[in-house]
Amino acid sequence: MRRLLRWFDDRLAASRFASTALNRVFPDHWSFLLGEIAAYALIVLILTGTYLTFFFTPSAEEVVYSGSYAPLQGVEMSAAYASALDISFDVRAGLVMRQMHHWAALVFVAAIVVHMMRVFFTGAFKNPRELNWVIGVTLLVLAIGNGFFGYSLVDDLLSGTGVRVAYATAMSIPVVGPDLASGLFGGEFPGEFLPRFYVLHILVLPAIIVGLLSVHLALVWRQKHTEFDGPGKREDVITGERLWPTYAAKSGALLLLTAAVLAGLGGLAQINPIWVYGPFRSGEAVAAVTSASQPDWYMGWLDGTLRIFPPIEPVLFGYRIPNPFFGGVLLPGITFTGVYLWPWIEARFTGDRAAHNLLDRPRDHPVRTAIGVSVFTFYAVLFAAGSNDVLAGVFEVGAERLVWTFRILVVVLPVAAFFVTRKVCHDLQGVRGRVGTKGHRLVRTADGRYESRH
Amino acid sequence: MIERAVAACFLVALAAAVALGVVYVAGGQPQLEGLFLMLCLGGLGIGLVVWVKALFPPEHASQPRPKLTSEPPDRDAFVERLEVGEQQFSRRGLLVRLLVGAGAALGAALLFPIRSLGPSPGSALRRTGWERGARLMSPGRDRPVKVSDLEVGNVLTVFPEGKGEPEDSAVVIIRVDEDLLELPEDRRDWAPQGCVAYSKICTHVGCPVGLYQEDTHRLVCPCHQSMFDVLRGAKPVFGPAVIPLPQLPLDVEEDGTLVARSDFEEPIGPSFWNRDKG
Repeated sequence: MRRLLRWFDDRLAASRFASTALNRVFPDHWSFLLGEIAAYALIVLILTGTYLTFFFTPSAEEVVYSGSYAPLQGVEMSAAYASALDISFDVRAGLVMRQMHHWAALVFVAAIVVHMMRVFFTGAFKNPRELNWVIGVTLLVLAIGNGFFGYSLVDDLLSGTGVRVAYATAMSIPVVGPDLASGLFGGEFPGEFLPRFYVLHILVLPAIIVGLLSVHLALVWRQKHTEFDGPGKREDVITGERLWPTYAAKSGALLLLTAAVLAGLGGLAQINPIWVYGPFRSGEAVAAVTSASQPDWYMGWLDGTLRIFPPIEPVLFGYRIPNPFFGGVLLPGITFTGVYLWPWIEARFTGDRAAHNLLDRPRDHPVRTAIGVSVFTFYAVLFAAGSNDVLAGVFEVGAERLVWTFRILVVVLPVAAFFVTRKVCHDLQGVRGRVGTKGHRLVRTADGRYESRH
Repeated sequence: MIERAVAACFLVALAAAVALGVVYVAGGQPQLEGLFLMLCLGGLGIGLVVWVKALFPPEHASQPRPKLTSEPPDRDAFVERLEVGEQQFSRRGLLVRLLVGAGAALGAALLFPIRSLGPSPGSALRRTGWERGARLMSPGRDRPVKVSDLEVGNVLTVFPEGKGEPEDSAVVIIRVDEDLLELPEDRRDWAPQGCVAYSKICTHVGCPVGLYQEDTHRLVCPCHQSMFDVLRGAKPVFGPAVIPLPQLPLDVEEDGTLVARSDFEEPIGPSFWNRDKG
């Protein structure tokens, strides 16, 4: 061991750097692990995904299925769908890999979103960490995009419907839409999207994601992690556990546990049973798309928007702004522009442009917290609206009444959430007995009691 | 005691790894594979967590944070160095302009291959496989559809004969009670004996409009629940769709075979900006 290290050090002179690295201090709080879970889900995604590429055929060529799943034997389908069936039934350990991959994708996006909420509500995006906020939001966009591409590759009935919606959404963009959609998909729908989505899914987007994640982590390394305020905490000192051995062991354990949960889900919790849906035959009697068609969860808000957006299609000088443009292009555009710019928007309103290393408590920033909860509520309602056909079945109400309910809720609930959250924050600030946070002093009174004062 | 617990966790992991191998060799079984992989990874993970939490000495380390701003002299020196180098370029203005110009030309030239990605749709969005006299073929049937194949309330998906099953030509044909039909004036003779045909591709975002509610005479899109009134030219009556499903004009031959009178009179499927032009 020593000899090996010496061999490297004789060539790199890295000892000083390496021992500083081992001594680095990382703050310890459960909420700081959310981003790590995303990174570890990505590792599982890359490992399982690589395995899947060995067996998957990204081709729309028509083949007749002859694998071991009896109900579909003799059915014409795309080579892509047939190979996905083979992975599920005829490649040993293939189904576990496929289901782990799918679950890991869902967890990946979910962990990013929750991590982002932690960063938002604690003000960790503020100077000097705006850059990392921007990179993080980009990672979220790429993660959602790559999830959609992967979901589409299988070429089953449900994913084919999703691709159709994506095509229509691209086509809805004024002026460039029809050419853009044709260019992206390789002609009039369905075009030749499979090989394109495949390259994007397994090469282009993963490469960008890994690259950006590396920069994301390098910036955390350079700027050091934020930590919560508290007794003895200072802006210019970081406290916690050293990288070696405590933090490394904990983080390694988190990797193992994340992978364990994904393995358990992949083996025991069925996901996307493509053999039930059948192959996608564009245009043919798609009788099976009669029951609940649901996208992966991270697309739910877009689907919900498409469902409840009122039937409006403005016509200007004979030219239309197609309806899906509003829900499918404009809303995500506004959403992500707002999220990208948030650090600067907030700095403009608060005037706080100073560098911070200590985190905010959400209740101490009622307006930011209220805006965050309000926006989150907005998307949660849209997400729920994305399952309105399922809900209609569960609650036995008509789809029409449900759509109107959601149209009202999507306006009312976010507004209500804003005011309720702000009030709760103000009330929590008034809770007595809290010490050590900003704006409070611990005071000993003349008769010997202790009080916390502003 | 704690040491034993950690050891037990690692032993579980070891046993699960062996079991995983056995399951694979024995022919594989998805549930067991997932279970044993979970136990293996989980045993390692939980063992490690317990070890760190209970047996490592508690750590309260602290370090000074680095200043994330350079000292002004360093900053000035950097900017100065940058500008000194830049002068090597900027003092030959003509060359700089040519360099930029050639770079821009290269950029423009590289845009051309983008065109290969997909043909400009042009009129393809306004045409389908239907034409005058085209007979109606339904997947799974070996002869063209006749009026007598449909009873009132029946629904069938059809394509033009001999054209395969291109998505843009998918048509849903429904037979309704002729007296109930209230088609626009100029389409009175488009639905012989109550056989009315509409494009199956939803005008919202293109899902197949697969559900027919016979009691309300509505076609319902399963994706976003747009509803179209079959009796009144498939006008949207609820949901996000704005444009009626285009109607395919039908005629009937002497032997009862249904044929198209022409292609659709407007583009089928989701809307686009210049849908109404051309």
